[in-house]
This record gives sequence, C-alpha cells and structure tokens, in this order.
Amino acid sequence: MSEFVLELRGITKTFPGVKALDNVHFQLKPGEIHALMGENGAGKSTFIKVITGVHQPDEGEMYLNGQKVELRNPMEAKNMGIAAIYQHVTCFPDLNVTENIFMGHEKLQQGTRRILWKEMHTEANKLLKELGANFDAKAMMGTLSVAEQQIVEIAKALSTNAKIIIMDEPTAALTRNESEELYRITEKLRDSGTSVIFISHRFEDMYRLASKVTVFRDSQYIGSWGVHDISNEDLIVAMVGREIKQLFPKTEAVIGEEVLSVVNLGRTGFFAGVSFKLRKGEILGLTGLVGAGRSEVCQALFGIEPADKGKILIKGQETKITSPLQAMKQGIGYLPEDRQQQGLILSWGIDKNITLPSLDRLSSKGWLNKKKEEEIASSLSKKVSVKTPSIYNLVSSLSGGNQQKVAVAKLLTSDLDIIILDEPTKGVDVGAKSAIYEIISDLACQGYGVIMVSSEMPEVLSMSDRILVMREGRITAEIDGKLATQEAILEAAMNNKEINVIGESREAAGL
Amino acid sequence: MSEIATKKVSLSAGIARFREVGLLGFIILLSILVQLRNPSFLTFENLNDMITNTAILSILAIGMMLVIITGGIDLSIGATLALSGMIAALTVGAYPNLNPFLAILLGILVGIVSGGILGVIISKGGVLPIIATLGMMYIFRGLTFMVSGGKWVSAHQMPASFKGIATGSFLGINNLIFIAVITYLIFFYFINHTRTGRQIYAVGSNPDSAKISGINHDRIIWLVYTLMGGLSGLAGVLWVSKFASAQGDTASGYELTVIAACVLGGVNIAGGSGKISGLILGSILIGILNNALPLINVSPFWQMGIQGSIILIAVVLNALVKRGVDLNALMRRKI
Amino acid sequence: MENLNKKSFSLKTFFLQWEWLLVLLFILVNIINTSLSPYYLDFNSLRDATMTFLDKAFMVFPMVFIIILRDIDISVASIVALASVIMAHLYTLGVPMELAVVICLAVGAICGLINGLLIVKFKELSAVIVTLSTMIIYRGIAYIILEDQSAGSFPEWFGFLGWGYIFGIPFILIAFVVMAVIFGLLLHKTTFGRRVYAIGNNPTAARFSGVQVEKIKIIVFTLAGIMAAITALFLTSRMGSTRPNVATGYELDVIAMVVLGGISTAGGKGRMLGAIIAVFLIGFLRNGLGLINMPAQVLMIIIGLLLIFAVMVPNLKPKAKAKTKSAKTKSQQIAG
Repeated sequence: MSEFVLELRGITKTFPGVKALDNVHFQLKPGEIHALMGENGAGKSTFIKVITGVHQPDEGEMYLNGQKVELRNPMEAKNMGIAAIYQHVTCFPDLNVTENIFMGHEKLQQGTRRILWKEMHTEANKLLKELGANFDAKAMMGTLSVAEQQIVEIAKALSTNAKIIIMDEPTAALTRNESEELYRITEKLRDSGTSVIFISHRFEDMYRLASKVTVFRDSQYIGSWGVHDISNEDLIVAMVGREIKQLFPKTEAVIGEEVLSVVNLGRTGFFAGVSFKLRKGEILGLTGLVGAGRSEVCQALFGIEPADKGKILIKGQETKITSPLQAMKQGIGYLPEDRQQQGLILSWGIDKNITLPSLDRLSSKGWLNKKKEEEIASSLSKKVSVKTPSIYNLVSSLSGGNQQKVAVAKLLTSDLDIIILDEPTKGVDVGAKSAIYEIISDLACQGYGVIMVSSEMPEVLSMSDRILVMREGRITAEIDGKLATQEAILEAAMNNKEINVIGESREAAGL
Repeated sequence: MSEIATKKVSLSAGIARFREVGLLGFIILLSILVQLRNPSFLTFENLNDMITNTAILSILAIGMMLVIITGGIDLSIGATLALSGMIAALTVGAYPNLNPFLAILLGILVGIVSGGILGVIISKGGVLPIIATLGMMYIFRGLTFMVSGGKWVSAHQMPASFKGIATGSFLGINNLIFIAVITYLIFFYFINHTRTGRQIYAVGSNPDSAKISGINHDRIIWLVYTLMGGLSGLAGVLWVSKFASAQGDTASGYELTVIAACVLGGVNIAGGSGKISGLILGSILIGILNNALPLINVSPFWQMGIQGSIILIAVVLNALVKRGVDLNALMRRKI
Repeated sequence: MENLNKKSFSLKTFFLQWEWLLVLLFILVNIINTSLSPYYLDFNSLRDATMTFLDKAFMVFPMVFIIILRDIDISVASIVALASVIMAHLYTLGVPMELAVVICLAVGAICGLINGLLIVKFKELSAVIVTLSTMIIYRGIAYIILEDQSAGSFPEWFGFLGWGYIFGIPFILIAFVVMAVIFGLLLHKTTFGRRVYAIGNNPTAARFSGVQVEKIKIIVFTLAGIMAAITALFLTSRMGSTRPNVATGYELDVIAMVVLGGISTAGGKGRMLGAIIAVFLIGFLRNGLGLINMPAQVLMIIIGLLLIFAVMVPNLKPKAKAKTKSAKTKSQQIAG
C-alpha cells in the first residue's frame, strides 16, 4: 500500500507545436494540502487536466492509492474521487444549487428512476451548512456571488465523495473575508482526510494552507519542498529560472509632461473613485488581485465599457470616451488580456491582423491598398521581431510569445500617446518575455505613456516607475517604483497587516 | 443569503410571479372586455371552439418550449403538422374501419420520424436550427403536397370515427382537452422529475458545462426536435379531425403562433428556462386573442401584424426587465 | 474562404476551391436540364429565363454580408411584399409612379434600418428572433393595407424594368451585373469589407481593434432592406400587379444561394463570386425543372434539400464541425 494517495511519474503531454508537460513527477499524501506553483504557461493547468481526465498523457503513469490508473475522460476521474474547482466557475445559472451539486449523479428512485428531490435538497443543505454557507439549496445559481458559487463547487466535489480536490486559483476572485472562509473550509477538508492540490500565485495562500509545494517551470518538474524548507528567494528562482536581474532589461526613459489624468473615475458595480496621472515616458504598473477592477478601469479608458462617473483628461483636455475607435483617435491604445479571444483574429495572417486597427490610414478613400499594407505590416513585424518566415502566415501557427508580439505591433500602427498593456506576458514563455520587456521599455523611451496591468510581482516591481495597487474596485496605494516592495504591494492588495513573512525588499532579491 | 443574492432573487422571483399573475389578470380582463363588446364570446359553442383550439396550440407549445430552452427554434412544425395530418387523413380515407387510436399513433409516428431527421441534421450535421427548420419547412410542405397529389381531403372522405376524435368526449370532457391534459401531465413529469428532462435544461443553461458533466449534448438536441416532431404529429391528427379537412397549406404560419404563446408564457428566447405553468397561460391568452379578435370586429388581416408585434414586444420587454434586474444587482455591490 | 494569405500560388489549391465545385455543379445542372427537355438549351430562352429568377437575386448581395457577420435576415421576403404593396397602393391613390418608386426604396431602407437598430440595441436578442418578428410584422402591415386584394396596372415604362432589353440584353441582367460588381468590390476591396470579415471571424477582437461593429451591422441590414425594395421593383414590374402574399418563400431561395455559394454560417468566410455562381445554379435549376412542369411545391423540396446539404457537407469534415459548434455557442455571446 503506497503512502501516497496520488502519484504521477514521467508524465509528458505534447500538443501540436508545443510540449505542455515534459517528464513531470508529483506525489500527494492523504490529508495533505499541496501547493502547485509556477509562472503562467509553466504547465500547471495542463497537469491538472491530466489528473482530472480531460487530457490523456502521451507518456508516463498515474497511480491512485498505489494502483495504476488510466483516466480516459472526466467522468472516470470523478468516479475515482478526483474533483476540480476551476477559476471560471462552470455551472448552470438557470438551475438551482441542488441541481448544480448533483448534476451527473442525481439521486434516482430504484425502478422508476424518478428524481428524489426531497432527498437531494436535504443533502445539499447539509453540505452547504457544513461549509458554512448562508444560502438555501433552492436558490438559483445565477443569483449567487462568485464566492458563493465556489462554495457550491466545493459542495459538488464533496457530494461525489472526492478524496482529492484540486483548486485552480481559488482566491483569485474573492475578497479578504471570503478568502478566510475558503481557508477554513480547506483546512476542514484536510482534517477529514481529503487531499487538496491548489494552484495559486499568492504566496500568502501557500504559507497559510500548504505543507508542501511543487514548482513547475517551462513544462518541467523543478522540485518539491516542505513549505518552510525553502526560502522565498529560492522559490522565486525555481519558478522563474534566472536571476531576476537578467530578465528585465529596462533602460530608464526620460519622463516628460503629463499625458493622461484620471479624476474620480467610476463604473457602477465595478470600480469607483479612481484617480491618477500618467506622464510621457513613464511606465505605470497597475496591480492587484484578479477581480480588483484593473481591467475594468483600462476598458473604461479604452471605451469598451465606458465609465459612468468621473473625468478623463488627455493632455489637459477633458474628453468622453465611449468607443474604442474614439479612444484610438484620442491617442489611447490597448493590448487586451486575452490575446486569442480579444486581441487577434487567429485564422487571419499576421499582416491583416496588424493592419486592422488602422485600415483608414492605409487606404485611399476606403479602397484597400495591398502594397501599403504589406509595407507597414512588414516593417512593424520586424520592429517587434516576430519570428516568422512570412507575414502572410496565419497567426494561429505562431507561438504564444510571437502572437503577443503581433498584438503589440497592432498598437504601433496608430498615432498613440498612451498605451495600456493588460497582462502583456501572460502565457508567454520565458525567452519571449524578455523580448517583450525590451519592447515595453523601448515604448517608454519613445515617449509613450505606458500603463501596465500585471499580476506578476517580479514584472511589476522591475518595470514600473510607479505602482498603483487596486483592491475591490478602488486604488489602495500608490508606490514609487524604486521604493516598492512585495510586502507593500501585497498589503495594499489584500489588506493583511500580518504579512511580513512574504517577500523581501528588491535589494535583497538582487534587483 | 448574501445581500446581493437575496435582492436579486426576490426581484427575479417577484417579476416571475408578477408575470404569471399579470397574465392571469390580463386574461380575465380581456375576457370581460370582449364579452361586453360581443356577448356571444362566453357562449358554450364559442368557448368550446376556443378551448379546443387552445388545446392543440398548447400541445405544440410544450415541444417548442423544449426546443427554445436548448437555444434553438423550429419553424417547421406547421409543415410537420400538415404532413402527418394529411397522411392520417389519407390513410383513414383508404381504410375507413381503421381504429382512430391507430390513426393518432400513425400521425405521431410520422411526426417522430420527421423530427428525428431534423434532429440529426441539427445535432450531427452542424446546421443552425433556423436554417435547418426553414429548409425542412419547405420540404415537408412539398411532401404534403406530393402525398396528397395536390388535392384536399375533405369532410365527406373522412369516416365518422376519425372526425369523432375531435368532436367526441371521454368522461364528459372533450377529447382534445383530455388529450392535452394527459400530454401536459406526462411532460410535466418528464421535465421536472426525470434525469433526461433536467438535462435538457442543463444543456440550455450552459452547453459547455453540460458536456463536461458527461451529458450527451448531441443526443439531447436530437431528442428535443424529435419530441417536437411527435407532438406536431399528434397535433396534426387532432387538427385535421377537428376541422374535418386536410390541405397542403394546413396550419401554414402556425409555428409563429406557437412561438408567440411560448414567449408570452415566459420562455426565455435565449434559452435555459421556461415553465409549464407559463405555457398554459400563454396559450390561453393567444387562444383568446385569436378567437376574440374576429368577434370584436377586428379584421382578420390585422391578425398577422398583431401576432408579430406581440412577439417583438414580449421579447424586448423581457430583455429590458433583465437589464433592470442586473443593473439593480450591480448597484448593490459595495464598491 | 478568405485564403490567399500566402503570396505563393499552387495550382492544386487553386482548383480545389469551392467556386470550381459550383461551376461543375452548374454544368451538371445544365446537362440534366438538357436531357429532361429538348427545349432547354436555347440561347434566347436561357437569356429570358434569367429574367425569371434574377429579381430575388438582388437580395443575395447583402445577405452574403449578413451571413459572414454570423447573423441572418429572414424578413427580406416580407420587406419585398411591404415595399411593393405600399408602392402599388400609393400609385392607386394617385401618387405619381416615379415618386412611388422612390417611396418603395425608402420603405425598404426603413424596414432594414429597423432590423439593424433592433439587433444592435438589443444584443440580448438574436438576429433570428428579431427578423422572425419583423418578418411577421412587415407582411402583416402589407395585409392591413391591401387585405386580400391586388393592386396594379402600372404605367408602361414601369414594365421596362422587368421586361425590357438594352442591346438585346435583359435590363434586369445588366442591373444584376452592375450590382454584382459594386457589392463584390465592396466586400473584397474596401476597408468596409475587411471589417465585415473581421467581425464575422471574431466580433470581440474586431471591437477591440476599433471596428465600429454596431454601425457596420446597421448599414448592412439597411442595405438588405434597400435591395429587397429593388427586388420589389423588378418583381412587381414583371407581374404587373401585386398582393400581400407576393415573394413568399423568397428568403429560402436567397439564403440557399448564399450558403450554396460557400459562405459559411459560422461566419468570417466566403466570397461573392461563389454566391453569384450559386444564383445562376439555382436559377437555371428552377428554370429547367419548370420546363417539365414540376409543381412549385416540389421544387421547394429540392431547394430545401440543397440548402441543408450546402450547409452540412462542409461541416462533415471534423475540423470544420468543431469550429461551427464553437462558433455557435460563442454566437450566443454577441459582442456588439
């Protein structure tokens, strides 16, 4: 009998063009809370999908309680007691909580196969009570908050008698109090013998809950340690791979006059009282937890979802921005967070993607000018160093990093003063990240005012001249880039004055 | 419950209850107004006519509701109705001693086959419901025409036993109403107390989640169109029996009336939700409108325009109400 | 498909395109027709045959744009009826025919504009339900105006539209070719067309790239209304009179022509040339079958089958099917 409830050895998974997992190992004991850490694109999500049966590994073995298993689909994983709770809650908003909990394993009467509603409601309420929820099982899923929906997801996992529960960024969209609740529930699960694997970017989650941490980097298994057996610095190096200094080739730009001023900006239900200034050549880091409202502020500046309160002043002039086209005319450009859904048209060539925002400038009175397009697309593509044999190649054939470069090139076609980058290195491999930081640095040197939204602490700390921290829709801190520390940022992002374990000053980390 | 959820639930539930009470109130009010204008409204004959029409409409509405819940639409039901009605009528014309039950079964069978083919085209063939049902509508109409050789089947070609399906009664209740009630009971049980029934709602509420939960998405989609077909087949036999005639253009455009009944009855046109109780009220209201308008001297040529406006106003109002509820929830977020 | 991203040219890919398949089918149809009837392959009768089906073909052009945009418009036939009825009725009331024609075009434009505004301002409502409702309403208004009567007896010059020739070529054919060139250029050679493809491919990305999605949709639906009015002109001219039930079933033909022309309902793909070939394919098919006195209802079966197969066949390739399915669920999140 193995001492491990779950063990994976030598797991490799390849998708067309990319090796998502490369000879990865993992061990999980019963009643253990195990943190899985690594940068975006390190392979964590794919790994979870292998454990939950969504993907089948090309090589390697998986053992449950010492027995070798092969999971061919998510249902098999569920039947084996493995349950996952994802960042984007997948539920049925028009159905009630009980149905969501029991979907796929409803209680049916013997013979007639009639649904036993009463029994299901009772059991659902029991689970909810155990988890400390204060809503009834008959509530409609769509009316619950994200935190409440997450509780339902946990109840769902419990209802299948899951012995292994996986949480993917569970506290990402939660408030302080809601996170505390989640910690309490997770500890209770551990105490009852359930094992938990969770993926999180927040060191605080890890220190608070986990007893062991495993790090992945570039699809490879780097190592596993007891949470208190490894220093923060070593952990960051394990995750990032190089000395942080080398990663951020930032050249100081000349900072000029004010180019953007935002006064008391607000959008009902999303953010309020947001005020800040941005100057030419400046890189303003905008950070905070997922759900703090950063993207919403950017999208208000770009006219996607306009603000309903407050003022925006561009170069001293007050303007109203109600559409992306208007924003672009005012000199604001935006690199969206999700480049595949929002930033690029994957089935188009690089050239057509790059020229899309500025078709008017490339055309004569509405007629397309293929020659001019080709010229501009080529020159911009070279400028951001997109690795491709031809600018006519489809964007879908490019790597994540190159796709991001194309998305950045799009911004350079228009006459802009302000560039907003939303998670510019998300899902980009380490090599390309460096290139993108160079581009960002270069943009600042050219005189653009840059707002960089990021959740990655090293990035924020190294690239920003100033840092704004948001929490629950408001700005909670404005910190000078040279004086910022991880603790200061985390404190403003989470308002937990007990954090002094986390992070070191930038000097100590070698910056 | 969290504050936001409480408020949102009570607002949504309030509106849902408001809608049902409102519909009921409107029905009563409308009936009174029509009766005042034309006293022959509340006569036995007229009521019987109206209720039997509504019975057929409400049978079709169940099927349409299931289709709409999954995010689809079915424009071919009038044609399926005509086809099965015609085939049944021709069959009893050729075999006058055929038991009427078998005629009904035949109609249902024709409907199930038609709906089944349609279901395959949509689920496996990847054709959008609007296009598949638009095409099938013309195909079934054409088939009806071909099967009948372009001729009508009229009352004297139908045996009394067949016509008796619609005129006869069982346990004192008119057959059509009886059949409608039985159909409702069966489907009420199906969609509320069986796994497959709930899976239809799941697929409509979140197709991606449904797939992950192990629900056979394609099979459910196929099923709703097959059920719709079967119900259309049933309605076809009842219709042809009631009006004692089967023509190539029987029930032409009726699918729109059925959609109107569903929309009025609170079925969300974007999919995911819909209640039987709403369907009954919606069908009754449309049934009253169709019956009452001629009685109060509204020209029949206005009916089309009125029906279309009802659908448009109902879906627009639904959208506006939902916006209000969502905005309300946003405003209560303490930011 | 908007291929030819590569500058490189390969004979194989060139001939493997959908439009060549259509040409083959077109030839096949003509062979079948000739074998069915000895009267078919006559230049003059074929030339005149175009006058019978080109009236509805004008609506194919904007419908190509609409389907590329991942929307649909099933109200076009009703707009034809309404525009035609209003024009005829006004003329009967004494309005000069020239003005009545202009009003016909205006009615078409307004109906299309209403469709566009509803679809764009109420994103919760799909184009399906909006145009389904307006389909009923527009024809309903036509019935309110004319009831079950007909209206007609137009001035002689009006008949020229549908029956006249210029240098031996039917006027309607000339008009069609002109429109084909205009719309073809609009789709393939202008920034407007490029943006339409962008929206159809990924509405969110288009929006984030500054494309004015709402404005473009309103324009496209208004164009559909205007072209429906032009169809009304030619149809009414040919029939010499009109009633509220004219153009019944036209939407089926128009959508079939577009879809058969290779424009995918998943959006973002397709070329005008394909739709134009499909117009003649279906038109000549109808003509040929009409010569052997096939009843209209049976013809509808054939068109219906063509429509469904035209959508299904490309989808039976596994990759294409996955894209259609994901496009379908995504199309429920209309990005504006």
